[in-house]
Amino acid sequence: MLKEHCSVVSHTCIADSVYELVLEGEMTKQMQQPGQFVHVKVSDGLDPVLRRPISIANINQEKSQFTLIYRKQGRGTSLLAEKKPGDQVDILGPLGNGFPVAEAGKGNLAVLVGGGIGVPPLYELAKQLVSKGVTVINILGFQTQGSVFYESKFAELGQTYVATVDGTHGTEGFVTSVLNNEKFHADIVYSCGPTPMLRAVEEGEFAKKVYLSLEERMGCGIGACFACVCHLKDDPEGYSYKKVCSDGPVFRAGEVAI
Amino acid sequence: MSMLNIDLPGLSLKNPVMPASGCFGFGKEFSNLFNLDILGAIMVKATTPEPRFGNPTPRVAETPGGMLNAIGLQNPGLKKVLSEELPWLKRFDVPIIANVAGSTEEDYVQVAKEISHAPNVHALELNISCPNVKTGGIAFGTDPEMAKSLTQKVKAVSSVPVYVKLSPNVTDIVSIAKAVEAGGADGLTMINTLLGMRLDLQTAKPILANRTGGLSGAAVKPVALRMIYEVSQQVSIPIIGMGGIQSAEDVIEFFYAGASAVAVGTQNFVDPFVCPSIIEELPALLAKLGYSHISECTGRSWKKVEQFAHHRA
Repeated sequence: MLKEHCSVVSHTCIADSVYELVLEGEMTKQMQQPGQFVHVKVSDGLDPVLRRPISIANINQEKSQFTLIYRKQGRGTSLLAEKKPGDQVDILGPLGNGFPVAEAGKGNLAVLVGGGIGVPPLYELAKQLVSKGVTVINILGFQTQGSVFYESKFAELGQTYVATVDGTHGTEGFVTSVLNNEKFHADIVYSCGPTPMLRAVEEGEFAKKVYLSLEERMGCGIGACFACVCHLKDDPEGYSYKKVCSDGPVFRAGEVAI
Repeated sequence: MSMLNIDLPGLSLKNPVMPASGCFGFGKEFSNLFNLDILGAIMVKATTPEPRFGNPTPRVAETPGGMLNAIGLQNPGLKKVLSEELPWLKRFDVPIIANVAGSTEEDYVQVAKEISHAPNVHALELNISCPNVKTGGIAFGTDPEMAKSLTQKVKAVSSVPVYVKLSPNVTDIVSIAKAVEAGGADGLTMINTLLGMRLDLQTAKPILANRTGGLSGAAVKPVALRMIYEVSQQVSIPIIGMGGIQSAEDVIEFFYAGASAVAVGTQNFVDPFVCPSIIEELPALLAKLGYSHISECTGRSWKKVEQFAHHRA
């Protein structure tokens, strides 16, 4: 983990309120696992005080660059959206434990299920899986046509389904509609998105091995502040816990209560 | 010669900078980032007799210049702190200040008695000021008589000096400070967080699951300085100051107000390297301001000039 001022290479609005931020920095070397995140200080000032956890969407080791995709919705991300190429951004990372690529073997079928702003880390995951000979199917859920991003980039890596809640693009409904209709017989499912979606993916038992990336309000991002703890699934009222930031954010389905 | 070493009851500090309780866990996470030996001391996370899961999430909310937390004293319980967390910290050459918490007087006495015997615990910090638990915590820190009585009981069983952590959520902090001094406290740590809340624009409900939380960060610094300024003139025991410290300049300001050492809290979450940075920057800042030792700064805001006759005389 490094604390570093990374420079903005490019910053592009790629869908309604969704931005793709490409950064350059030494910490790229430490980025191996898809699904890890960086903790971003969006302003030099005191408002907001805390960093923003944003997952890594793409790693480019050759250029020492990595990509973050985020939705501009609150004060923090609005300030981040103002960064221009050449600007410096104070970043702590990489943090957390990402998706276990090794769990998918050559020739396996991996189904990647993403919802909204949970889609980005699946892109680096799909890249790494494909490069080791895993067949990838991507199921991406969005609110509406205007919020769809990276569809063609995912399509380059494997068969890609898009679902929109209002039916303006792809299948009408949720990612689970696609999962229930298509019966993929996946060896492994990886998922990232809103909690209700993760719950549905967990309950659907769409593969023997299912990995989920959780989201929670974080403080430090390194496991010290205990802001983002969750209960274990087999001890929902007890004292045992996992920290989303440092034990996760990726957990095997059934490990933690979601 | 060091410009930063400080001797306080039970504590021989290399420098007066330490992470504040609840902002540093039991040190493990930060030990991956820098050598904990460089710290003046470590105030470890509050310990209660039994394990506590703490409050439901969300446990943090933000506000300009600060944050609200309602963790709820999550900790693995006295037994595990004694058998795992404190022994693990023994690999570092740094004194530990154990934060003692509970719901009843008996809880505090039990934790204090047992934890004070851990070999690397050099002092206790009696947490009578946590605003985020339903029973205990702040209840003991807002009534002078209760605070004094609890201090006496803990002092009677502790084998190391006892610092009492004061709450700013009181009308007259000086009366609480005097009461715990009369109860035998060896020092004070102040301030704990200020009780606050945030509401969600869509739902109209509190953001924190606990509804209210403790405000910390730069926003509380002026309150902490004012309280240390008032208390340090009325008690003769030393104060470890805390509340929004982010820089070496802030440290000096706390010393001027009356602190003899300081703790850094929230800023550890923003910059995990803040403590080593401050420790590194302090000597040059002291030299620039014309001091040969940091202890010369304590209480400079209110002490009479002749008390500093030795300084640049």
